[in-house]
Amino acid sequence: MSTVLAPVKAPSRWARLADSDLWYSFRHSPTAIVAALIALLCVVCAVFAHWIAPHNPFDLATLDLLDARLPPAWVEGGSSKYLLGTDDQGRDILSALMYGSRISLFVGLASVALSMLIGVGLGLLSGFAGGSVDAFIMRVCDVMLSFPSILVALLIDGLGRALFPNAHESLAFSVLVFAIALTGWVQYARTVRGSTMVERNKEYVQAARVIGVAPLRVMFRHVLPNVLGPVLVLATIQIAGAIITEATLSFLGVGVPPTSPSLGTLIRIGQDFLFSGEWWITVFPGLMLVLIALSVNLLGDWLRDALNPRLR
Amino acid sequence: MLAFVLRRLIQAVVVMLTVAFIAFMLFQYVGDPVTNLLGQDATVEQREQLRIDLGLDAPFPVQFARFVGNALRGEFGLSLRQGRKVSTLVVERFPATIELALSAAVIALLLGVPLGVYTALRRGSVGSQVWMTLSLVGVSLPTFLIGILLILLFAVIFKWLPSFGRGDVVSIGGWTTGFLSLDGWKHLVLPAVTLSVFQLALILRLVRAEMLEVLRTDYIKFARARGLTDRAVYFGHALKNTLVPVITITGLQLGQLIAFAIITETVFQWPGMGLLFIQAVQFADIPVMAAYLCLIALIFVLINLSVDLLYFAVDPRLRIERVAAAH
Repeated sequence: MSTVLAPVKAPSRWARLADSDLWYSFRHSPTAIVAALIALLCVVCAVFAHWIAPHNPFDLATLDLLDARLPPAWVEGGSSKYLLGTDDQGRDILSALMYGSRISLFVGLASVALSMLIGVGLGLLSGFAGGSVDAFIMRVCDVMLSFPSILVALLIDGLGRALFPNAHESLAFSVLVFAIALTGWVQYARTVRGSTMVERNKEYVQAARVIGVAPLRVMFRHVLPNVLGPVLVLATIQIAGAIITEATLSFLGVGVPPTSPSLGTLIRIGQDFLFSGEWWITVFPGLMLVLIALSVNLLGDWLRDALNPRLR
Repeated sequence: MLAFVLRRLIQAVVVMLTVAFIAFMLFQYVGDPVTNLLGQDATVEQREQLRIDLGLDAPFPVQFARFVGNALRGEFGLSLRQGRKVSTLVVERFPATIELALSAAVIALLLGVPLGVYTALRRGSVGSQVWMTLSLVGVSLPTFLIGILLILLFAVIFKWLPSFGRGDVVSIGGWTTGFLSLDGWKHLVLPAVTLSVFQLALILRLVRAEMLEVLRTDYIKFARARGLTDRAVYFGHALKNTLVPVITITGLQLGQLIAFAIITETVFQWPGMGLLFIQAVQFADIPVMAAYLCLIALIFVLINLSVDLLYFAVDPRLRIERVAAAH
């Protein structure tokens, strides 16, 4: 007599994504689609640089000084072997670009991840604990915010250099990532603190407390998922900022070690050849940098609008 | 009012002391001054004597107090790289950076405010969309890239403007200025424009957003209902109220300009404090780094303090809230 109800199959993650408002808004925003395609292209070029780059710019055996300072292929004197020309040591610019953006993207993503970790952690603590802990963390934030991030990054980087004068390459990378991350965490901390204070007083948190869930577990399993939305938007926008900061530091000569040049290093090297007319050595890395930063920024703008309920 | 000012002042002093402490730690733990002065071959007795002479045997708080006292008088010792007094170096470089930053601020304001008003009033027109897109590019472009592109265009291809240094400068009582010679002006154009682009885009977008916000308010509708001309509504009523936040942000951004001058100065080899600082970072020249750190912190604290106080003076709502809270 009992009719067994056919279990309703929960839609798969993909189905849920395809049905979501976010995907709808994405499909109807040409800017977002173009930006996503460009960003994807840059990421693919960077990640698979080892396989798709026409030359290996770090393999000294393949370098030929006779090929140095060749213009791009479409300019007179250019060779079809080097599509975007070569630099002063005969390295292929296109390949150097791919390897360079790999380093830029790596430093950018790593530092954003680290600053997200620090910022979200401190923000949760600040919003959850309140009192003097909160006051202290927020004062530190105020002070950090009153100095421009590039200056803070420069200082930390300079400090790292002074402390470890003969640093190994991987240490130089860590110092750089750390320097950029320490300038970015404040934004996360403030956002997370604000939403944590709202969430803290909601019924589900009280319910969890009443049934005796440990405070740490409430913090990470109940509150954290509910404050992550704005953090993701912030992270997207900060990736572009971190990549530009990295490029700036490398351009100033205090960024990545010269043996593994990022886009900023390439621009710095190229600047010396500007006056002798070899514009391609510096212009192409510059374009690549702008392309990455602009596409990530546009994606971030779109994500912010798409996730903002007030704009719907 | 007094309590507010006092609290701000105390906060400023705490920030300055923190920065001084960081600078002090730099001196103390990064590199040994005794080895720097005597070299590796000195005997233990010589070292101890110098340590006492330099006051390095004193307890920590005493040393810190001494450091702060010296810093207040502008004494940061000798540059490790150039062997000259740090204070002289900084004083030499100071005018160049200030002139550059001020010129950039003037350019950004003179172009940013009118363009912001224009893009707000002619929303949706082709012209304003072009400016909005350009401003987005301006925010996304790193400063050093703008500088390099400007050099490529105006110094290498067209050969109109010089691309490095300050050109002829005139010295007036220790302050070197490039404003008094044609050559100085020519050298100023590219760096000042480079430095101003980001601020220009920022001010444009800010003025536009504020203007749109104000134009929606009731008193603007009322002004229109009274039959005022567009001109009177836009410039007499709307623009005036837009400018309060713009002034605040511009004030705060002046500090940003001085910081970003580091990059512009490197691109154009502009002999300012930023270039000095970058060279100090590259060579781990601690005294110069510490002095620059303290000076920049002082500038920032002063700017933030005066903006806070100005805000308090300009915006009556802040005062009323406090009076209401006191009752």
